[in-house]
Amino acid sequence: MAELKEELKEKIIEQLSLEDVEVSEIGDDDPLFGDGLGLDSIDALELIVLLEKDYGIKLKDPKEGKAIFESIKVMADYISKHRTK
Amino acid sequence: MSDCYINGIANISAQPTSDPNLFLDEIISHKESIFRSHDPNYKEYIKPAAMRRMSKSVKMGVTAASMALKSSGVEMPDAIITGTGMGCKQDSEKFLEKILYDDEQFLTPTLFIQSTHNTVGGQVALGLGCKAYNLTYVQGAASFETSLIDAQLMLSEESEKNVLVGGIDEVAKNSTLLHKLDGQIKGDDINVIDLFNSGTGGTVHSEGATFMVLSGEKTENSYAKMVDIETISKASEVEIKDIIESFLDRQGVTMDSVDAVVLGNNGDIGYDHYYENLQTSIFSNTEQLCYKHLIGDYPVASSFGFWLGCKIFENNRVPSILKVNEVSAKKYDTILLYNQYLGKNHSIALLQRC
Amino acid sequence: MSKGVAITGMGIISSIGNNVEENLNALKSVSHGISRIDLLETRHRDQIMVGEIKKTNNDLERELGLNPLNSFSRTAMLGTIAAKEALADAQISDVNEYRTGFISGTSVGGMDTTEKYYLQYPESEENRRYIKAQHAGYTTQSVSNYLGIHGYVSTISTACSSAANAIMLGARMIKAGKIDRMIVGGTDALSKFTINGFGTLMILSDEECTPFDDNRKGLNLGEAAAFLVLESDEIVEKENKNILGRVAGWANANDAYHQTASSSDGEGAYLAMKKALKIAGLKPQDIDYVNAHGTATPNNDLSEGVAMTRIFGEENTPVFSSTKAFTGHTLAAAGSVEAVYSLLSLRENLIFPNLNFKTKMKEFSLVPQTELIPKEMKTILSNSFGFGGNCSTLIFTK
Repeated sequence: MAELKEELKEKIIEQLSLEDVEVSEIGDDDPLFGDGLGLDSIDALELIVLLEKDYGIKLKDPKEGKAIFESIKVMADYISKHRTK
Repeated sequence: MSDCYINGIANISAQPTSDPNLFLDEIISHKESIFRSHDPNYKEYIKPAAMRRMSKSVKMGVTAASMALKSSGVEMPDAIITGTGMGCKQDSEKFLEKILYDDEQFLTPTLFIQSTHNTVGGQVALGLGCKAYNLTYVQGAASFETSLIDAQLMLSEESEKNVLVGGIDEVAKNSTLLHKLDGQIKGDDINVIDLFNSGTGGTVHSEGATFMVLSGEKTENSYAKMVDIETISKASEVEIKDIIESFLDRQGVTMDSVDAVVLGNNGDIGYDHYYENLQTSIFSNTEQLCYKHLIGDYPVASSFGFWLGCKIFENNRVPSILKVNEVSAKKYDTILLYNQYLGKNHSIALLQRC
Repeated sequence: MSKGVAITGMGIISSIGNNVEENLNALKSVSHGISRIDLLETRHRDQIMVGEIKKTNNDLERELGLNPLNSFSRTAMLGTIAAKEALADAQISDVNEYRTGFISGTSVGGMDTTEKYYLQYPESEENRRYIKAQHAGYTTQSVSNYLGIHGYVSTISTACSSAANAIMLGARMIKAGKIDRMIVGGTDALSKFTINGFGTLMILSDEECTPFDDNRKGLNLGEAAAFLVLESDEIVEKENKNILGRVAGWANANDAYHQTASSSDGEGAYLAMKKALKIAGLKPQDIDYVNAHGTATPNNDLSEGVAMTRIFGEENTPVFSSTKAFTGHTLAAAGSVEAVYSLLSLRENLIFPNLNFKTKMKEFSLVPQTELIPKEMKTILSNSFGFGGNCSTLIFTK
């Protein structure tokens, strides 16, 4: 699980071009949206594609993303339960 | 016709033109047929969170807009009008290539969102929180000039407004190269400074941005008065001569009172005769200035001519690197600009010292 | 009230008809043009519904009599068909008799040809004439050259409000006496680029779209072109021209909220409608009908609805409908497609319905007009909004 969390942090930084952010700066429980990492609705759509492409999880409704992308921890939990690759 | 003053201006090009204190004092010599802009430090103008999704043209546009507003002393414009020939080509190209290479799968929204032609206009508005009129023109080599025509029209409707007008175009890795295949860009690299003696078809390509603040009211920051501007979609070289003469006629100006002409020659032997025909006739007794051997060509390259005009009025001199004939003006009060590309999208503008 | 600028001709091609009369017949018989994709090559063919014009590029080339080596994109061909009809409708035979200009709105120009040939360009010379045809300005000049207009020609590209802005600019230029006659409108063909682009935003519906419905799932993309002929009153008088209606109000404002999404208070839309009413010299209660942008995305319909309640008052909002369930969202062309429909509404005294609506939205009490009804109308307001916070409103009068 720890490995998956690290992997997710790296992928998020890369996919969302967070050039000034280091993996060590993202806490497992930090909110990804709003006050935490400051991601927005476009980032949420980017993360939906990341779920599909890298973990084989397809979300139909973008609203589902809100709960899944709450933090790295929540996201990792969701992925480990639902991943197909 | 209502008055139209250029009260602020900024330029980013393949030369160090973003520093308002310099006027082509140092020239970068480019040796390729496609070359990039000389960039200011964008981080000084754009917050990192906003910057992360920005392609080159958005960075150039937002920065040049901010510089132009600063030079005019205007904080919030009453309209934002942008022109771009090719739009946000880098992101369009990346999105298109992903569609084609990944067979329409795993596509993400950022590239698409940033690919629209009005991305720069939208981002400038977003950055300023400007809810005013916001339009984007995309008309090849006349993209910047059609934007100016709108600004001029707006000032004739409400003269007290401050209109922010900009032109932006960027180089994209592969789609710019395609223009080598269709002959628009020279196949071989050349010493760009010798562009006008190339003797070959096509031109050299680069990128840049010019932003100006226009108003119906003259201020202490005014650089120039834009007397009038016209665009012509398509014309022969004979027709262009007549069109320029009647343009001047309408302003009550003769060629004798024009101190310098700024021309868009781009070293393409297929089309430079449009300029040469004028250079050897109605412009033959006038000081002639060219600039695309410094900054290359791209749809809004002609906006550089407006920047040049303003800088000439400000400095009261012309850097010799721009001169292409032997005539020297005694003073610089009236400057005529003419540009075309592939015999299309001609533009004529008249600037006066104010 | 402002007299406005005279409209003397119109032309259109959309998924519900190849000319004005066919479009009118489809609207009157309430038969929409939303279907599965037949012509465009895309892997999403069976996943989405679109408003596709069922003519191949070869059909269009033949119809226009183009040389086989032409470099017209589909966008340019659709535009030419609609602009040609508009000129004929205005009974213009010599396009250069007066100072005549052309303004077209398009979102992605000739992307439809670029995406077909892009990967072949380096190897094969065959289709390289289309390289330059990608550019939006080139699309416009393909049409203007076909029509023989060589003076003022420009292209506006502000995403989905492009054609509305073209109509606005044309009206302003004529009003200012800058030009005597302007052909204005927009054109956009379906392309993989836009289908996939809107797909990434997850706002494409897999069913027929349902504007202003609480359970709306997103938009149907469409393709279309529509143009109007605007003429100065001097020409109208001199030539005793038939007037279809007038552009009396126009405005553009920016939401300055988000690169693609509309604000929840509909500020940009509110400002555009407010200013257009001011320019027309009209009060909100003078508006007889609103042809809404109504794309059927969750975001647009909420934002636009809120803006309408702010302008008109929730209880006093005029009859409104979105005609996008007939044609799909035709992007840059939408503003001129809906201008043609507004002019037809004025001429026929008919309100074209908002199809597929079932459930009122939770956020407000607005309910669109869902049946075709007759109504005597003098004034119609039409909205078009685009990416980059771009919001435009036009007002048409009899």
